[in-house]
Amino acid sequence: MTPNLSVVIGTLKLKNPLLVSSGTFGYAQEFVDFLDLNILGGIVTKTITLFPRQGNRPPRTCETPAGLLNSIGLENPGIKVFIQEKLPYFQKLKVPLIVSIAAQDEISEFVELAEKLDKERLVAAIELNISCPNVRHCTKKSNVKLIAQDAKATALVVKAVKKVTTKPIITKLSPNVTDITEIALAAEEAGSDGVSLVNTITAMAVDVEKRRPKLAMVIGGLSGPAIRPIAVRMVWETYKKVRIPIIGMGGIMDADSALEFILAGASAISVGTANFINPNVCSEILRGICGYMIRHRITSLERLRGAIMC
Amino acid sequence: MKQYLEIAKILKNTHIVGPYWKLKLSVSELAHRASSGQFVMLKVDSDQGPLLRRPFSIHQVKGKTVELLYEVRGKATEILAKMKAGQRLSLLGPLGTGFSLCDLSYVPLLVAGGIGVAPLVFLAQNLRNRKGLAILGAQKKERILCEKEFKATGFRVKISTNDGSRGFYGRVTELLEELLAKDTLLRKKAFLYACGPRPMLKQTIMLSKKYNIPGQVSLETHMACGIGACCGCVVQTLTGYKRVCKEGPVFAIKELTEEGLAE
Ligand SMILES: Cc1cc2nc3c(=O)[nH]c(=O)nc-3n(C[C@H](O)[C@H](O)[C@H](O)COP(=O)(O)OP(=O)(O)OC[C@H]3O[C@@H](n4cnc5c(N)ncnc54)[C@H](O)[C@@H]3O)c2cc1C
Ligand SMILES: Cc1cc2nc3c(=O)[nH]c(=O)nc-3n(C[C@H](O)[C@H](O)[C@H](O)COP(=O)(O)O)c2cc1C
Ligand code: FES
Repeated sequence: MTPNLSVVIGTLKLKNPLLVSSGTFGYAQEFVDFLDLNILGGIVTKTITLFPRQGNRPPRTCETPAGLLNSIGLENPGIKVFIQEKLPYFQKLKVPLIVSIAAQDEISEFVELAEKLDKERLVAAIELNISCPNVRHCTKKSNVKLIAQDAKATALVVKAVKKVTTKPIITKLSPNVTDITEIALAAEEAGSDGVSLVNTITAMAVDVEKRRPKLAMVIGGLSGPAIRPIAVRMVWETYKKVRIPIIGMGGIMDADSALEFILAGASAISVGTANFINPNVCSEILRGICGYMIRHRITSLERLRGAIMC
Repeated sequence: MKQYLEIAKILKNTHIVGPYWKLKLSVSELAHRASSGQFVMLKVDSDQGPLLRRPFSIHQVKGKTVELLYEVRGKATEILAKMKAGQRLSLLGPLGTGFSLCDLSYVPLLVAGGIGVAPLVFLAQNLRNRKGLAILGAQKKERILCEKEFKATGFRVKISTNDGSRGFYGRVTELLEELLAKDTLLRKKAFLYACGPRPMLKQTIMLSKKYNIPGQVSLETHMACGIGACCGCVVQTLTGYKRVCKEGPVFAIKELTEEGLAE
């Protein structure tokens, strides 16, 4: 028996629920020596902006208990170079490509980026990164730090992007909010085909000898196993409120932690920090999920979704 | 260049002196693909973490073995020092861009601060019989590393110690400056290779510019992935931020600035 692992997000069809998270998988080529990329359900690129961004001052990363703190600052070559130099590589792969995009100053940049990507056949879906804690979005028009911290702003971005593309839209939510379900509902009502959660949690670490923050930018975003229970809780809360598919992430290290998210209501899961520790981890997770399903005689992944008993 | 994810067996884990240890690993593919200046990402497993891999320069390769020279600094290296022959470690490598060998008209001038000797021994072996000079800096005479290894490759060795217990009394870069100031021939023919703490590298870059001597340095930064995926390890160069794990860890001195190395 081969279990059915397929997942549908809007018009996006995935052969299995396993994605790799934005910013943790480069542009995929970095992993080709270690992992058969074609086993993945999908690949989410590093967030792309309209113009190149050089990113934040170093040091940009430090390890914390069971976690990784980063303030990369969305370093990327910009949409033009991305389309010319990074996109062609995906021609060779049989994996849906999800391109993550973000605005630097104005909401209109999301629209411009989506228009450009709409023309690209190799792009299967677009993820709206409205939740990166390491850049300040759209401060000109509103006084919120992140779009993902404001239900109205979230709806505005999703609606605007929906108008210019037929590609499925996934909205990436921030855990740095009081009630994530409000934002998820706003994204759903505005037409988002799915939501992904969570992005990193804002956090900080101090070097006591030097009496300095460990990151040059002082505050960064925390990822890894340290944030998993928070992420699972947020997926569960969101699952109970919205109908669109949820892509769950935050500290997935192995099959068990991936299954935690699925049982809490995620349709798909995404692996981030774990790729740094074991660049082949995705094949192990996928094998583990299949093994679990066979062991429990579950033929379709759908039957596990949100299936915790409480 | 192809990279490998391997499980390596520890053949030997030897205490040298003070915080310094040497780890000898049996690997399969990784060894014969490695070139000097490249590094590996090593995973130390334990219940209490650490979470991420740690980068270590390739110190020497012999057949199917790789040697690392390491200094106990924190969590991962403390656990590493307790590991025994027969135990296994996960290794990723060879990674990054290593040293390029200088033209035959140059005299290789190696400058090492403390554990910075680690990648330079492999380099000296590649520059065997080139009549090079290695300048080794240590806190005190007991902590001078790899003197024998450098001599075995035909390098002359000069020593500096911070406490004056052997050789030049002072910093390794002060010794470097003294040598350059008085030896015009060396000044004309030298090609610098340096590895060590940031302040030492900054000083080396300053001297390289002052005396117009070409060279390369190997840099250290905090690394999360080691394979160019996270953009976490960047250093400021004249042409923008570069990833130490991919475009580096070895950079041409002319690409770097002293300010770029500020911490
Ligand atoms: C390309 C490269 C090659 C290296 N080669 C060697 C080598 O051959 N031998 C060797 O002993 N070490 C080498 N290092 C440094 C080594 O990676 C660190 O010493 C190690 O990661 C420390 O891990 P830890 O868990 O023991 O210490 P931690 O608990 O992580 O840190 C202890 C202290 O060391 C500092 N530190 C840790 N890592 C770094 C770093 N990369 N740069 C600056 N400060 C740091 C921390 O800020 C902290 O103050 C290399 C680093 C790089 C980037
Ligand atoms: C180094 C690093 C860079 C990241 N860059 C991005 C990014 O560009 N866009 C984005 O939406 N999320 C980014 N993230 C967040 C991840 O996609 C993911 O949401 C988060 O790390 C939680 O998952 P994890 O614990 O499995 O890593 C980044 C995370 C890390 C660790
Ligand atoms: S450590 Fe991740 S890009 Fe260099």
